[in-house]
Amino acid sequence: MKKYARIGLYLLVLAAAIALPLLLNMSRKGKYQIQIFTLAMVWAIATLSLNLILGYTGQASLAHGAFMGIGAYSFAIMVERIGINFWLALPLTCLVTAFIGLLIGLPSLRTKGPYFAILTLCFNVIVVVVFFNWTWLSGGTAGQKLTIPSYLSQRWVRYYVVLFFLILVLLIERQIVKSLSGSSLIAVRSNEALAEAVGIRSFREKLIAFTASCFLVGLAGALFAMESGNLNYNVTNYLYSFYILIYLLIGGVATLAGPVVGAVGLYWLLDRIEALGEFRYLIFGLILIVFIIYLPRGVVGGIKQLWEWAKGRWTRKEVPSDTPAYRGPDEEVRGIGSD
Amino acid sequence: MSFFLSQVIIGIQLGSQYVMVALGLTLIFGILDISHFAHGHMYMIGAYLLYIVMVLGGFNYWLALIICMAGLAVAGVVVERAVYRPLRGRPSINSFIAAIGLILVLETLVRGIQPNPLSVPQPIDSTVHFLGTTMEVQRLIVIFGAIFFVILLQLFIKRTRLGTAIEAMSQDREGASLVGISVNRMSALTFALATALAAAAAVLMAPLAFIAPEMGSTLILKAFVIVVIGGLGSMKGAIFGGYILGILEALAIAYVSSAYKDVFAFGILIVILAIRPTGLFKGREAT
Repeated sequence: MKKYARIGLYLLVLAAAIALPLLLNMSRKGKYQIQIFTLAMVWAIATLSLNLILGYTGQASLAHGAFMGIGAYSFAIMVERIGINFWLALPLTCLVTAFIGLLIGLPSLRTKGPYFAILTLCFNVIVVVVFFNWTWLSGGTAGQKLTIPSYLSQRWVRYYVVLFFLILVLLIERQIVKSLSGSSLIAVRSNEALAEAVGIRSFREKLIAFTASCFLVGLAGALFAMESGNLNYNVTNYLYSFYILIYLLIGGVATLAGPVVGAVGLYWLLDRIEALGEFRYLIFGLILIVFIIYLPRGVVGGIKQLWEWAKGRWTRKEVPSDTPAYRGPDEEVRGIGSD
Repeated sequence: MSFFLSQVIIGIQLGSQYVMVALGLTLIFGILDISHFAHGHMYMIGAYLLYIVMVLGGFNYWLALIICMAGLAVAGVVVERAVYRPLRGRPSINSFIAAIGLILVLETLVRGIQPNPLSVPQPIDSTVHFLGTTMEVQRLIVIFGAIFFVILLQLFIKRTRLGTAIEAMSQDREGASLVGISVNRMSALTFALATALAAAAAVLMAPLAFIAPEMGSTLILKAFVIVVIGGLGSMKGAIFGGYILGILEALAIAYVSSAYKDVFAFGILIVILAIRPTGLFKGREAT
């Protein structure tokens, strides 16, 4: 794709995202839709954070639901009980989740693959049990309230706040992936033994990625708290870890657009088919199985693959990938994770 | 003292179900290198099948046990064929993620149809007195039923041709293929065996607890704790680990706190994996 066309596409998507609440604000039903899109973008941030650890190091963390809940609670507790300024509490929340992520990452990243996934899932279950039983922390059945500044009381204002942070997270992640540490992350994912041999310390790289990932998911948690206003222990549910994983895999792992497409698209779809109730998640599960078998790179990865293939056929020459997410040696990797 | 003893018996009974589920998990891992994370949910399906056959269908409990085991064996083969076989040869995290999809499918399917917990009557509704303790007969049925099925499985694997083929494949997959053992047939058979064993555990346990759609989730995590402690692919390890975890858990519930019992089991796993990333006993390393 030509560079201008890409920038044009980005600007078009950005313009659509900015214009969306203005259009939706016209109808009463649309106002509710704004909140759906705000929450969808919160999940997109969470999915982007998981992408950092699963997409670029191949380790599937199933603790991101817990970290999101911890982020939401630390934010609400800081603002509500300690009385820290709203905007100061945001980065502090990220630091809290990053620190807990570091503590969890130290033992768990010594393991790989399914072991790591199970270990992080165990951590998530422990967090759920603690929040369920420790009512001082979670606020019990009444939950933990969060008062937001009055200028944030309008839905569309919160929409733009979340949109701003989503773009910020996208830019940060783009920088991480483009930078040297990004290439070494991908090297770790593609071939850990080789990466170690050429001097990339895989444990250190993975730990940095995991901590950064927890930093970002803390932001998602804080924004989730801002949007929902009242929290109960259920925000730490491990099902959310599964949903974030599904958004990521269906959108496209190890791409930048994939997590956003997956989270926003699927969250919106979930709201559309609300009439189906519980059975929505049955469809989710089926889609996940079909994708992991037939399209492990997700929608965005699949489109990209198709595009490269079509381009290769028409121009009949080797085209180097110009996407920021795939600037590593992992072009050959099929599926996710290192073998 | 009799309180302690009754707690130990409850622990052995808890351990019996863990052993049966963990054995299936370790069998599947040994042969196929798959972390069959939906195994606990197959157990849950087994319990619901028991409800359908026994309470709705009016069958005898022991007949229902055989029907459930047969039904779940078929379900296990279907799962292997439809979900795991297409993923063979891919990174093992892919089949783990497929298992998560399967979990969502099974759990929401059941919850969508019947959201409330159900209960199954006890086949022999009486109690026995033993060394000053009082026990439901069903607890003894669980304990001895588990011993029966574990011995049966051991005999099958050690004494029959098919069983030795399974063992050969778990020891050396390439070598087993070279001498003409079919990977596809053996993996289907392993799934059938493991899932039937989980169904047996579910049928034995169901009269003692409520049946709920989420019953498989914590069970599978505990089974993983056991398999990791016992060494992945080791049947002996799964048997010992299962009973030890069951007894420890029963004692922790009685003497420490019942609200935090799961924290206890999963905390052990985190500590063990942190110290020895490949499990406590000699097992295989996950890829």
